[in-house]
Amino acid sequence: MSLKVDNLKVWYRTLRGDVRALDGVTFGVADGELVGLVGESGCGKSTLGKSLIRLDGRMRHVDGTVELDGKELPIGDDAAMNRFRFKEVSIIPQYAMSAMNPTRRIGKLAAELLESRGVRPAGVREELLRRLELVGLAPEVLDRYPIELSGGMRQRMVMVLSTLLNPSLLIADEVTSALDVSTQKAVAETLVDFRDRDYVKSTIFITHDLSLVYQIADSVVVMYAGRLAEKAPTDALVASPRHPYTRMLLAALPEVGVRYGARRLAGIPGSPPSLLDPPKGCRFRDRCPLAFDRCATQPPLTEVAPDHHVACWKAS
Amino acid sequence: MLRLEAVSKTYRVGTFGGRELVAVKEVSLEVRPGQVLSLIGESGSGKSTIGRMILRLTRVSGGRITFDGVDIAGFKGKQLRAYYRGVQGVFQDPFSSYNPIFKADRALELVRETYFPRLGGSRWRDKVEASLAAVRLDPGQVLGRYPHQLSGGQLQRLLVARALLLDIRLLVADEIISMLDASTRIDVLNLLGDLKARGLGILFITHDLSLGNYLSDQAVILRQGVVVEEGPTERVFGQPRHPYTRTLLASVPRLDRKWQRNGHPVRESAGEGG
Repeated sequence: MSLKVDNLKVWYRTLRGDVRALDGVTFGVADGELVGLVGESGCGKSTLGKSLIRLDGRMRHVDGTVELDGKELPIGDDAAMNRFRFKEVSIIPQYAMSAMNPTRRIGKLAAELLESRGVRPAGVREELLRRLELVGLAPEVLDRYPIELSGGMRQRMVMVLSTLLNPSLLIADEVTSALDVSTQKAVAETLVDFRDRDYVKSTIFITHDLSLVYQIADSVVVMYAGRLAEKAPTDALVASPRHPYTRMLLAALPEVGVRYGARRLAGIPGSPPSLLDPPKGCRFRDRCPLAFDRCATQPPLTEVAPDHHVACWKAS
Repeated sequence: MLRLEAVSKTYRVGTFGGRELVAVKEVSLEVRPGQVLSLIGESGSGKSTIGRMILRLTRVSGGRITFDGVDIAGFKGKQLRAYYRGVQGVFQDPFSSYNPIFKADRALELVRETYFPRLGGSRWRDKVEASLAAVRLDPGQVLGRYPHQLSGGQLQRLLVARALLLDIRLLVADEIISMLDASTRIDVLNLLGDLKARGLGILFITHDLSLGNYLSDQAVILRQGVVVEEGPTERVFGQPRHPYTRTLLASVPRLDRKWQRNGHPVRESAGEGG
């Protein structure tokens, strides 16, 4: 197991109190596993991704541990985390297209980045060129400024830079949401390719798009209101979802073959609870058609089938 | 009802405006009452430019747009106001469509000031309630609230309600559900379906093929300003003839089948523009 997250709690400090964006999350990612992390806006998926590499000033590590390759990650200690960033844990941020310093040529930017982590740029130059070729970028891009590249090219450049030191864990945060369908497919498949070539050991692919996750992920984690609802191998999750939230989410997706006249899909009524002062018990309770009195206590995440974990009283 | 006849849009680009960029090239299409026409294209296809030209937010460079047979380019003052009574638009980002320092229902009040200045208070309230009911919003939950207190889905439905106050006949819906979560976007789509059943014509602009498919009667696929394929939605999606449509359809992530992996797929799209 390359990544082990145990009861992780990360809250945001606000003037009105703590927002419990991540409130006791437990899961593992195996070597070579590509996990899709899905959920609606505000469910804590990006907070989870950020927590594994860098907490910003408003975030507070409240409880829980993160272990990578047997070593505990000091996620609450910004300075101590520096040792792990880029080398062990790396991220392709949501804003990847504008992540590069606009005042540097890309080659210089890459060299500075490597030197700041104590790596001699000359030593990895050959590997850099090989990977650029793999994603369809010419070596000349290193002499260009970021603004001279198209959005898709910049995205791929950042992907190559983020993974250059073969991190053990790669976090890809909504890397495809701003892209057109054909480019989106190419970027998603590059992530699989990087994993297949052992450039990264494990990948957490954060997105709101379940059908995209279905294409590339080995397993899926569904989050709701700061907690895990379900985790399962991808095919099992799509074919036989056990959590009512996952079921309703899947049923709400308009697919290419589905037409309004023939089959009317339904959304999920209501909206997620505020995480400022979340209700006790299961957080999906208010929107759940199956809710009963036992849901007033939070259901534990239980294994209902091999590697299939669900947090719901009705599922276990 | 609404007809585009060989409509083009060219922009002058370059330092001295010396070069021309063709955003839309000779596009013809027609939206009929009670019909949803999906305009599908990737970024840079000109789909939003077409929507903006219909709403008179951008000038037409060539060809003409007619509404009930009358060219909309000449509309001024009273005529233009009459046109906007019949044709309204809703856009992608519901959060930036509202002024955050005013309550959300000010969007409705502004309609009253411009279009119904003489309507009495109680009759106006009835009208507001009827259009909120049409978009399935509870007046108590949205009226008097600030935009940040409402969800994206509620804000977007409120914008549709605002358009309905005007007894519109055509709605230009430009990516109106792209920013909504999966659990609420289907509600807005179903709402459009209900409005269509009441005779409203809808131009549904989207980059998402599965959304374009769910609702529409006719589909138009645009690529770099040019119509590459058009026809009844079921045919365009079921038996696409143009290679570009086929590539697009093959790239859409679906839950009923997985992508064909083909070696190093990244190289195919290495040259796209940003």
